[in-house]
Amino acid sequence: MLAHSLFFYFFSTIAVFSAIMVTVSRNTVYSVFFLILVFVSISILFIMIGAEFLGMIMLIVYVGAVAVLFLFVVMMLNITEQVTRRSSRKGFINNISVGSIIGSIIFLELLVVIGGWKYKDTFVPLSGIKFNLSNTHALGNVLYTDYIHLFQIAGMILLVAMIGAITLTFSKRENIKRQNYFDQIQREKASGVSLVEVESGKGVKLDD
Amino acid sequence: MIEIGLGHYLTLAAIIFAIGITGIFLNRKNIIIILMSIELILLAVNINLVSFSIYLQNLVGQIFAMFILTVAAAEAAVGLAIIVIYYRNKGTIHVEQISSLKG
Repeated sequence: MLAHSLFFYFFSTIAVFSAIMVTVSRNTVYSVFFLILVFVSISILFIMIGAEFLGMIMLIVYVGAVAVLFLFVVMMLNITEQVTRRSSRKGFINNISVGSIIGSIIFLELLVVIGGWKYKDTFVPLSGIKFNLSNTHALGNVLYTDYIHLFQIAGMILLVAMIGAITLTFSKRENIKRQNYFDQIQREKASGVSLVEVESGKGVKLDD
Repeated sequence: MIEIGLGHYLTLAAIIFAIGITGIFLNRKNIIIILMSIELILLAVNINLVSFSIYLQNLVGQIFAMFILTVAAAEAAVGLAIIVIYYRNKGTIHVEQISSLKG
């Protein structure tokens, strides 16, 4: 129990500190790195309390995909110098009072909800965690049976997001020859081949 | 203090949620940090769902957290794609200068 509490306080302190650093750091690249640190420490907490599969998935999806995507965009757009050059820290100082007031109000409201919250003692676990199964196995048992339609819809959402991102960033360039499949397939013999009578010694003159 | 219960995890989630909300207000100029604050908010919701799922011995919370993960990934991808094409067209992504979308 002592180890649990030590680990909890250690990783949650890291998570809270780096979450603050994400918002206040001057350089956007540093913010992305602190975001990665938040995700790593929270997924360690997940693994610690017994949600191993979700912790690992969070490492893969957030750290491996989303954070790298952020880093890629930040470095590609070269916004770090732009932001520090043009916007100074004036807006930051102006907004700090309003932001912290609203943030602390929301935090206190959540604390009131958590503090006053009581769960009745005799609850019945619905689709319970069977203790002889691993977390991944149990999740698979529920996900691929009861929630198969939601699973498929999640796949559709990812597909639509992928197609949307590709079509948004796809740009037509000039001076590039591309294959046109319809033209290739619809080509007829008459337009592609012509028979020419060649006189001996003169050769044939090919146009185009 | 030594006994770590549901309340500790919920408090951690509340702290991260509040930091995310505050981050949106603090960084009104930098749209990428706004997107990162939204990711923090979604992470706080995920912490809530997973800790309730462990506490109540009910797997549905973890499944819902996984769906939130997919939606967050899709949102990040599309949002960053929009930022990239906006930068390509206008040469800036300052939030205050993004006014051409006004109706």
